[in-house]
Amino acid sequence: MKDTAATSPVIEAKGLGLTFQTNDGPVHALKDVNLTVEKGDFVSFIGPSGCGKTTFLRAIAALEHPTEGTLSVNGMSADAARQARAYGYVFQAAGLYPWRTIAGNIRLPLEIMGFSRAEQASRVEKVLALVDLEGFGKKFPWQLSGGMQQRASIARALAFDADILLMDEPFGALDEIVRDKLNEEVLKLWARTEKTIGFVTHSIPEAVYLSTKIVVMSPRPGRITDVIESPLPKERPLDIRDSKEFIEIAHRVREGLRAGHGDEV
Amino acid sequence: MRSLLPILAVVAAIIALWYGATVWLNSQWSYDQAARAGVEISFSEMVSDTMAQERPVLPAPHQVALGLWQGVAGQKITSKRSLVYHGWITFSATMLGFAIGTGLGILLAVGIVHDKAMDMSVMPWAIASQTVPILAIAPMVIVVLGGPPLNVPPLLSKAVIAAYLTFFPVVVGMVKGLRSPDGMQLDLLSTYNASRGQTFWKLRLPASMPYLFASLKVAVAAAVVGTIVAELPSGAVAGLGARLLQGSYYGQTVQIWAALFAAATLAAGLVVIIGVIERSVLARMGMAR
Repeated sequence: MKDTAATSPVIEAKGLGLTFQTNDGPVHALKDVNLTVEKGDFVSFIGPSGCGKTTFLRAIAALEHPTEGTLSVNGMSADAARQARAYGYVFQAAGLYPWRTIAGNIRLPLEIMGFSRAEQASRVEKVLALVDLEGFGKKFPWQLSGGMQQRASIARALAFDADILLMDEPFGALDEIVRDKLNEEVLKLWARTEKTIGFVTHSIPEAVYLSTKIVVMSPRPGRITDVIESPLPKERPLDIRDSKEFIEIAHRVREGLRAGHGDEV
Repeated sequence: MRSLLPILAVVAAIIALWYGATVWLNSQWSYDQAARAGVEISFSEMVSDTMAQERPVLPAPHQVALGLWQGVAGQKITSKRSLVYHGWITFSATMLGFAIGTGLGILLAVGIVHDKAMDMSVMPWAIASQTVPILAIAPMVIVVLGGPPLNVPPLLSKAVIAAYLTFFPVVVGMVKGLRSPDGMQLDLLSTYNASRGQTFWKLRLPASMPYLFASLKVAVAAAVVGTIVAELPSGAVAGLGARLLQGSYYGQTVQIWAALFAAATLAAGLVVIIGVIERSVLARMGMAR
């Protein structure tokens, strides 16, 4: 049983390419991307802006449509996976509806997916606890700090129990201290829920700290230059970042980024 | 208190200017009357006369205030000389037209946002409709609707004119409001595989509320104007517009000004009421701080 689960990847991209047609001619956002993500992986996508990391995450979510190659999510096409509500997506900004309370915002996907009222209430309570926002359900978004808003948006993505969590630079706009704390919380969340997580970032420490697999990408055209399997244990206290292994992986990521960048920087 | 002072200062300045203009514009009549009677009048006699004429070119503020007071409180409100009576006639047609125009405007906006063909076809006509002077179109509408064979009651035909002015700001505001959610918010709903209906009710409509209220404030003032314009040519005997017209027939300037102020008060009152509703709705939605 375990073997079959391990052999059917959650996300599989083969020869994936995506070209945007713009007024200045075609832009190759992704070119020949091959990647396999197994169940329970924490995959980070790192690279300079324009390397296609966000585009790739959006392609997995069927928010962008690849022009070449194949992409399967949970064994089906990305669009079928979207319709099957296979993933929760966390955007760069929290994007909470200002006219809904925190609980109301988390309830939004549940209402759309037709959960019963009782089920909605119990799920909201559960995910609020999961992101440490108990007691904030009745607040409006503007009454919360940026970090808390982003936690609420993660709770919203978790509420309907999708197996996959896709996060697009979720902490990019937050300060370092808040970001460290949320990184720790995301790791705990991942350990507790055993979800498969795709995480876009441009922070090397963040990528190394969080991931089991680090995908290094480079721009023009957007492509994968290195895939690093992290040897770090699943249990990761914050001070693991001072360990030798951590520094070695971070170094390899940095090298990968530099190589991909060529002479441009 | 601090906000009241500038307002009172402006009001005082306007009243002072108004009194000055009253003396200036009415003095000719005072001198002419005195000359006809063969008497000399002093400057102070002239000034006091300009403020007490029966049909002044420009009535003094206190004359207008008195006319307004007599129109509102000096009669039974069912009297044909009561501004409350005429105001009510105008108000009811305004409200009916406002309701029709708002409903129509929202429906058109929903169509424009959801249907590309409507987007291309309706908006130019909506804009074109507002370039036609209302003063030209109102009499035709009143004649066509009000006379045989249609015989639409005056309340409704006036409301049609009011609706004609109301729907436009509502369409423009609502189209903008329904389109206000950004790409990320639409993407979010797409990740939930939300239907168009769900996107409308859960995102577009609530997001459009601030835009709707901004439009409604413009629209309700326009609806009052539309109703009054509709009351001018219809041979109507009731309504603030009819009162204005009668006043001008008989040179009753005080009556004109009193009706004018009644209309302005009505429009301002309606805008204030919508502002209050706006504040309470947005507060309940958590969007007012």
